[in-house]
Amino acid sequence: MSPTVAMILALAVGTYAFRLVGPALHGRVELPARVQELLSAGAIVLLTALLATGALTEGGGFAGWARPTGVLVGAVLAWRRAPFVVVVLGAAGTAAVLRALGVA
Amino acid sequence: MRTAERTPRTPRTPRTPRTPRLELVRDASLVWLASGVVGVSFGAIAVAGGLPVWVPVVMSLVVYAGSAQFSAVGVLLAGGGPLAAAATGLLLNTRTAAYSLAVAETLGRGRWARLLGAHLVTDETVAFALAQPDPVRRRTAFWVSGLGLFAVWNTGVLIGALAGDAIGDTARYGLDAAFPAVLVALVLPALRQDAPVRRSALLGACLALALTPVAPAGVPVLLALAGLLAFGKGRTA
Repeated sequence: MSPTVAMILALAVGTYAFRLVGPALHGRVELPARVQELLSAGAIVLLTALLATGALTEGGGFAGWARPTGVLVGAVLAWRRAPFVVVVLGAAGTAAVLRALGVA
Repeated sequence: MRTAERTPRTPRTPRTPRTPRLELVRDASLVWLASGVVGVSFGAIAVAGGLPVWVPVVMSLVVYAGSAQFSAVGVLLAGGGPLAAAATGLLLNTRTAAYSLAVAETLGRGRWARLLGAHLVTDETVAFALAQPDPVRRRTAFWVSGLGLFAVWNTGVLIGALAGDAIGDTARYGLDAAFPAVLVALVLPALRQDAPVRRSALLGACLALALTPVAPAGVPVLLALAGLLAFGKGRTA
């Protein structure tokens, strides 16, 4: 087996194992309401951390101004309860226009 | 199915002509489109870097995790070796374990629903599911967004691997800003109405941002879970 195949297999099996944790436990272990509440909250915490780091950083450093500004525009639109499509296109459009204007 | 769904089920909702399911497909299709384009760029980058076509294609089918795939291929192309590539990808994907616990009930009861649904657990599908108000809509949102995302991601990667880099840098279209914005739109309702979740998420995001310059990729987001310390007694308090 080539090293690349082994790498893909290890990554695939490991990732699937992570993804199977919840479905495998579900129905076998009775989780208290408190734990279920924490699990839902945990998913939102992860998603929020992901969007914060995704909006502001790239490769461990600052992502430049275009991307965070775009995400900020999207966030303001979402806060004002704009439709999903408007939020996403607003964010992407802002970043694209800023880059076209020479803002990194 | 669509035509049946167009008729409002109750006469009390005349001001919302679109049913939730149509709205879901409309919202999800935007994410599909963006993911498809990013998939094309992944396939193109991998092949342009010297990997054979089957590597990005097979990887997308069996690993199926955008950020981990980009990182693993990035490590490979930078000469970091397969071991470092796998470790980096796995570290980034640890968060899917937490996601799978949160949506376990959403996947369905059957064995196949669980085995197949587990593979579709991604940031986007979990965010779409958790943004829904009730279990039935959660399940629909998970499966509709998940199956569509799987189809477009893999099709995109195949096209990119075969056709090469016709798209160029996806940052030019602002797609790098689109994905965080998708997550903002999907988590904002939970953050808005639920103070314990908001506290935890804010603390977690600050922790992750503070750790990003010093910790390896994947670790900061995972350690954001420490933000749950601010959860307190939760809604039941």
